[in-house]
Amino acid sequence: MFSFIIRRLAVAVPTILTLITVSFVLMHAAPGGPFTNERNVPEAVMENIEAKYNLDKPLWQQYLIYVGNVAQGDLGPSFRYKDFTVNELIESSFPRSAYIGAWSFLFVVVFGVGLGVVAALKQNRWPDYTVMTAAMIGVVFPNFVMAPLLVLLFAVTLRWLPAGGWEGGQVEYIVLPIIAMATSYIAQVARITRSSMIETLRSPFIRTARAKGIPRHKIVLRHALKPALIPVVSYLGPAFVGIITGSVIIDQVFSTGGIGQHFVNGAINRDYSLILGVTILVGVLTIVFNAAVDILYTWLDPRVRY
Amino acid sequence: MAMLEVNNLEVAFDTPDGTLQAVRGLSYQLEAGQTLGIVGESGAGKSQGVFALMGLLPDNARVSGEVIFEGEPLLNLPEKRMNQIRAARIGMIFQDPMTSLNPFMKVSDQLIEVLVQHKGISRKQALQESLQMLDAVRIPEARNRIHCYPHEFSGGMRQRVMIAMSLLCRPRLLIADEPTTALDVTVQAQVMDLLRELQQEFNTAIILITHDLGVVAGSCDQTLVMYGGQMMEFAATRDLFREPAHPYTKGLMGAIPRIDEQMEELVTIPGNPPNLMNLPPGCPFCDRCPVAEPRCYHELDPPEQFGAERIRVCNLPREAI
Amino acid sequence: MFFSDKHAGMGELADTLAEDAYTEGRSLWRDARRRFMGHRAAVASLVVLVLLLLFSAFGQFLSPLDNESIDWASLPNLDEDGVPSLASQHYFGLDPIGRDLYQRTVQGSRISLMVGVLGALTAVVIGTLYGAISGYVGGRTDAIMMRTLEVLSAFPFMFLVIVLMAVFGRNVLLIFVAIGAVSWLNMARIVRGQTLSLKRKEYIEAAMSVGVHPLLIVLRHIVPNVLGVVIVYATLLVPEMILFESFISFLGLGVSEPYTSWGALISEGADAMWTAPWTLIFPMLMLVLTLFCFNFLGDGLRDALDPKDR
Repeated sequence: MFSFIIRRLAVAVPTILTLITVSFVLMHAAPGGPFTNERNVPEAVMENIEAKYNLDKPLWQQYLIYVGNVAQGDLGPSFRYKDFTVNELIESSFPRSAYIGAWSFLFVVVFGVGLGVVAALKQNRWPDYTVMTAAMIGVVFPNFVMAPLLVLLFAVTLRWLPAGGWEGGQVEYIVLPIIAMATSYIAQVARITRSSMIETLRSPFIRTARAKGIPRHKIVLRHALKPALIPVVSYLGPAFVGIITGSVIIDQVFSTGGIGQHFVNGAINRDYSLILGVTILVGVLTIVFNAAVDILYTWLDPRVRY
Repeated sequence: MAMLEVNNLEVAFDTPDGTLQAVRGLSYQLEAGQTLGIVGESGAGKSQGVFALMGLLPDNARVSGEVIFEGEPLLNLPEKRMNQIRAARIGMIFQDPMTSLNPFMKVSDQLIEVLVQHKGISRKQALQESLQMLDAVRIPEARNRIHCYPHEFSGGMRQRVMIAMSLLCRPRLLIADEPTTALDVTVQAQVMDLLRELQQEFNTAIILITHDLGVVAGSCDQTLVMYGGQMMEFAATRDLFREPAHPYTKGLMGAIPRIDEQMEELVTIPGNPPNLMNLPPGCPFCDRCPVAEPRCYHELDPPEQFGAERIRVCNLPREAI
Repeated sequence: MFFSDKHAGMGELADTLAEDAYTEGRSLWRDARRRFMGHRAAVASLVVLVLLLLFSAFGQFLSPLDNESIDWASLPNLDEDGVPSLASQHYFGLDPIGRDLYQRTVQGSRISLMVGVLGALTAVVIGTLYGAISGYVGGRTDAIMMRTLEVLSAFPFMFLVIVLMAVFGRNVLLIFVAIGAVSWLNMARIVRGQTLSLKRKEYIEAAMSVGVHPLLIVLRHIVPNVLGVVIVYATLLVPEMILFESFISFLGLGVSEPYTSWGALISEGADAMWTAPWTLIFPMLMLVLTLFCFNFLGDGLRDALDPKDR
């Protein structure tokens, strides 16, 4: 396990470095700097500002300074919100995104797997048809369609729930964001679980278990669930990335004040340091999560060893 | 009364492309402690015929006929009752130990669950009994290896585990579905020897399914030859080898290479097994039969009983084949 | 959803396809067509998709209005005068700034479908070549190429594309390329696996042994043989590309005025839905219908080309 972590890091470090480098180069290749639209600023002041953000230095120096700072966990000052550092902005917004994201992820796993298993066990009977029809519909409602649709339905028309806001994360404020975020992933996971469970139940070792006189529910739980979950686990990585990405939409539609809002604003305002910081954070999260998924694999499939 | 009686067993599968007749009119009997060999090419319906006894066929299978095991009819038993018979009274060994053991569970867990399920003993006790059984099938260092996963065993050892698992509850009948096909030749002999010894020790009846007449000759009291889902011939193994009474049986025997004969090339039966989706109305073997007559393509006489409990299914008289 | 690992079964499907294509030869394709035609939902979806394509190409001729003129008269009272009606010839109503939503939708459909097809094409070309070369050359090159892939897979690409959009401005062509260029990873992986198994086939070995140039082998033998998988995967990539583009446009970082796409229209509709819900509903229906059809089409193709799963 220790050597596995070492090897993981050996991939993670170049990945993050590449990520930083690519984003850095892209941002700086942009025509116009972050302060170009601030007119009426005297030359001297402009120079001061640029000096403050190290923009007067050669590009490679800026790069090295930035990488050095990031290595120490310092993502630098925000170019746009002048009184805040990027760290502060992330610290204030990330918990909200994480909160909604974690709930969504939990829903995706629990409902996705649960519904998929039910459908597989009742294959070609009404529960199967119901779940699969719902999943088919769910899959084609991506979060950016689901979010405004939910608002239109539950906030505008029925007036049952607020259309947006955070308010300390009270239930009525996070219900719609979580549903919007989770729907298509629940549907996807249910479909994957169903087909992989059906396939597992056809394996010879399941026949062996039946020949051993093991009751059906025990066969499903003890013999079939683990192998059936393997394709689901490979989907969790992309689903996790999708949920992180989706938070950009969720923040936009529901004004939850999560990290996605900063990212989009950063992109529009050319707030280099903020957008780089968010990208790095997301990259690191992805890498950590993928490593966790790999560890989950070794637990699920004894034939996999690192 | 015989321990196992199979009467007119039929197995058909509903597929999107039509009905597939896997087994037709199969009947045989097996006495306690005896060994019955079922021989035939792949697709002859051997495996489907025994899976039907255990209720192990997929949902799209339709089974009819009669199966009586120790006085109890097995077909259409409720799942709960069937589960009390499986492993406890009828054990089963499958062809490929690689895929038939659950690759995701430790061998110990797979063994223990059988005993816990059927005998209701504690896991600790079950572990002890499992260890004894692994010793009985002569797995070296069983105590250390029982907690391994199947992929950590060699093919032959895996089949030994499978055999141990099927014998845990000392079943009265053991169904072995091509138990040596997936194994190396040297290991095959070891596994067959082991099965014979265990049969003596536990007084178990065995149904041995194989496509290898050599295996049958060495270990079966009686032999049933199947082709295209139907019984072709049934006889005591000695009689069958001394005097085959069916062109197909003859063909099978001709296809066994013999070490004491000089042969230019291997003898095979020309042609392919019939398409089970679309069986001819007559004898399933007619296309490949060297002595087939025109009427074999349209009709097939009922089973003919002769000699000491021998049965053959063929239109031609015995002397003509 | 936006990252191409979505189809977890693809690798397996790929394996089956390779085996079958080799052993059954041409009859596989005939069988596949028969099975596909038997899949009613898939056939219906194909028909709907063709209609959608025709709609996006010629839909503007079905209405006398255009997609630029602003209906100043109805604008002040959009929530009443802008509703969809056949009488006003605004079949889908007015958009939030008073243009004909039907014509805007036609225009958006054109761009969305174009992005989907071109993006998928870019991804398929890059992925196929990368995978084929990596699998064919093997050894060190393969190891390095696969490690690169591994590093790239960990990238949060949506963020990178957004950065790209922010930096280089919102340019439709750039969206095609950017989306396609970051979505080829899975394609490459699948094709590489296929190539590895193909490489061991006799006819490839024969070609190698008589000294046919490696690039020629890849282009003439490997690529045509992985075509089946590539086609299925490409079909599944198109809706993903459409989603990708709509996602970015929804955030206001994709296509820019006067162009539009389903994502951009949905975004505008989402802002106006309190008073003019139809501005959200129509483009949304178009997108959902398209995704729906592509899903069924993908299912049908999978059924047709993966006999094991029947």
